[in-house]
Amino acid sequence: MSHETGSHNDVSDNLPSEQHGGHGAEAARTDPFADPGLPPHEHRRQDIDEKAAKHSERVVAGLFTLSMLGTLGFIASYVIFPVGKIVYIFPVGHVSALNFSLGLTLGLALFCIGAGAVHWARTLMSDEEIADERHRVDADDELRENVRQQWITGAKESGFGRRKLIRNTMFGAVSLVPLAGVVLLRDLGPLPEDKLQHTLWAKGKVLVNTNTNKPLRPEDIVVGSLTFGQPQGLEEADDDFQEQIAKAAVMIVRLKPEDIKDKREADWGHDGIVVFSKICTHVGCPISLYEQQTHHVLCPCHQSTFDLSDGARVIFGPAGHPLPQLRISVNGEGNLVALGDFEAPVGPAFWER
Amino acid sequence: MKKLSARRRHPLAAFVVLLFALAATGGLYAALAPAPEAKADDSAQSLAIEQGKKLYSVGCASCHGTSGQGSSDGPSLVGVGSAAVDFQVGTGRMPAQQPGAQIPAKKVIYTQAEIDQLAAYVASLGPGPSTPTKDQYDPADADVAKGGELFRTNCAQCHTVSGKGGALTDGMFAPSLKGVDPKYIYEAMQTGPQNMPSFPDSTMPQDTKADIIAYLQEIDTAGSNNEGGFTLGSIGPVSEGLFAWVFGLGSLIAIATWVAARTTKAKKS
Repeated sequence: MSHETGSHNDVSDNLPSEQHGGHGAEAARTDPFADPGLPPHEHRRQDIDEKAAKHSERVVAGLFTLSMLGTLGFIASYVIFPVGKIVYIFPVGHVSALNFSLGLTLGLALFCIGAGAVHWARTLMSDEEIADERHRVDADDELRENVRQQWITGAKESGFGRRKLIRNTMFGAVSLVPLAGVVLLRDLGPLPEDKLQHTLWAKGKVLVNTNTNKPLRPEDIVVGSLTFGQPQGLEEADDDFQEQIAKAAVMIVRLKPEDIKDKREADWGHDGIVVFSKICTHVGCPISLYEQQTHHVLCPCHQSTFDLSDGARVIFGPAGHPLPQLRISVNGEGNLVALGDFEAPVGPAFWER
Repeated sequence: MKKLSARRRHPLAAFVVLLFALAATGGLYAALAPAPEAKADDSAQSLAIEQGKKLYSVGCASCHGTSGQGSSDGPSLVGVGSAAVDFQVGTGRMPAQQPGAQIPAKKVIYTQAEIDQLAAYVASLGPGPSTPTKDQYDPADADVAKGGELFRTNCAQCHTVSGKGGALTDGMFAPSLKGVDPKYIYEAMQTGPQNMPSFPDSTMPQDTKADIIAYLQEIDTAGSNNEGGFTLGSIGPVSEGLFAWVFGLGSLIAIATWVAARTTKAKKS
C-alpha cells in the first residue's frame, strides 16, 4: 500500500502518455514494455466539414420526423381500419389490415427513434477518447474515524445500551414481523391427502360419451373405434370441472377378445371393450394417439407408448407405469358402468406412489 | 244360384274352381309383384358386382384373397363396406404400391365408375358402412364452433390442431387434412382406414361429422382468415421459435454488426 502515500495527482505512471509521432518509438527503444498509449485522435468528416455535419443533422432530424409520421400513421390506422378486415399482402399472405398496419407503423416509429439516436451519436456527438482515472476504493483515515465517532455518539444518544426494555422489545418486534410471511406459506397446503389416489369414478357410475354427453352402450362401440368418455353427472359448467376431468377422462376401445394378451385386462373389460385413463403416467399429458391395428397409444409429449392389448404396458418412452384401467360392466338399462375407481392413481408418478 | 249349386258335384267342377284359383293368384301376383324398375335396379346392382368382381380379381385379389378373405399381405375385406373401398381406392391409397408402415395417398388409377363397381362387390361380401351421400357430409349448415370442439377432442391429438398431420410410431403418420374432399374425411371417420381408429355413427353421430368437416374447411388456410400473416406451416411452436431465433435475433445481430463495423472516421484505414 506504499504507493497510496503518493499524491493523487501523480498519475503519470498508469495513464497513457500523450504521444505524437516518433515519441512512442523513442520510448519503445528504452523500455520494450512501455505503454504505447492511445493512438492519435482521428477526426470524422462531420468534425472537419460543416457541410457533412449539416447533412448528418438533416438525416437524424429526418429519422425522428419519420418516427413521428409512424406514430401518426399508427393512430390513423387504428381509426381507419375495422377489426376483421382481411387484405392480401404479397409475402405475408392474408392478414388483418388493422394488425398489419399497426405493427408496421409502430415498428417504423420505434426503429426510427433508435436509428436516429445511433446516427446522431456516431456522427455528431463528440468522439474524443477520454481516459477516466480510477479513484481509490477506500475512504481516507480521517473520514473513517469521523464515521466511527458519529456511530458511537448515536448509540449513546439513543440510549440503546441503557434502555434495555426498548431495545429488547424492538428486537422482539423485528424478529416477529417475518412470521407474518411464514404463516402465509400455509396457503401452499393443505396436503393433497388421498386426492391423487381418487377420481370421480365409483361403483355404478355410468360412462357417457364426451361427444354427445349420452350414456354409452356396449353395442355403440365397434372394434377399431376410439371413443372418449367421462363419468355421468360431470358437467362443463361445474366449478371443479377442469380438476375432475383432468383425472377422470378415459378412452374406450374395443379389441377382439382373442387380441387381448393380458387376462386381467380382459376380465376388467366387457366383451372386449376396455377403458383406460387418458392421462399419461409420465407427466400427465392427455394421450390418445391410438393406432387401431397395433393397439398402441402414443403420448404426443415425450413419445411414451402403451400397448392397450397388453394391460396398457409401457413399451417405449419415459412413462414409468401402465395406464390405469377402469373396471366396467353393464347395468340393468344396458349402459356401460364403472365397477369402482381406478385401482392405481392416474397421471404422473408422485412421491408416495 | 240354384243352377250353380246343382252342378257343384259335376265332374268338371273341380277343374273350374282350380281355374278360378289360378286366375286369382296370377292376377294378384301381377298387381302386387315388385315394380319392373326395381327389377332393373337389381340387375344393374348385380351387374356392378359382377364388374367389380372382375376388377377385384385383377387389382386386389393378390393381397386380399380371391374372395376378399384376406391373406398375410392384406386384411380381410369382409364387412369393411363400400365406404372403405371408396376411401382407399378414391384417394389412391389402394392398390398399394409396396408394403410398408403406412400406405400413402397417391395418384388415383381407377375411374369413379370403376371404384363404385369395386365398392359394390366388396359391399356384397358382408354388411359394412356404405359410401355416404352428399347430404350426409355436406358442411353447409353445420356448426363450425362445435366442429372445432369435436376436432380438438377426437382428432387433434394425431392430426394436430391445425389439421396439418403429425408423426406416429414406427414410420406411421397422421396425414395432413388440407384440401381433402369432405367425402373422404367422412369416410375416414366412418371406416378408420389403416391405423386410424374409426368414429362410427353410434359414438359420433352423422351431423357431428359434418360439423368437423365444416371446421376443417374453415381453418383450411387458403381461404380462411389468418390475422397474423405468415403461418410458417401452422405446425406449432417449433417452426415459430426457429423463425424468431434465426430471422428475428439474426437480423438484430446483423444490424448491430453492420453499425459497428462501419467507421465514421474521415480517414478510412
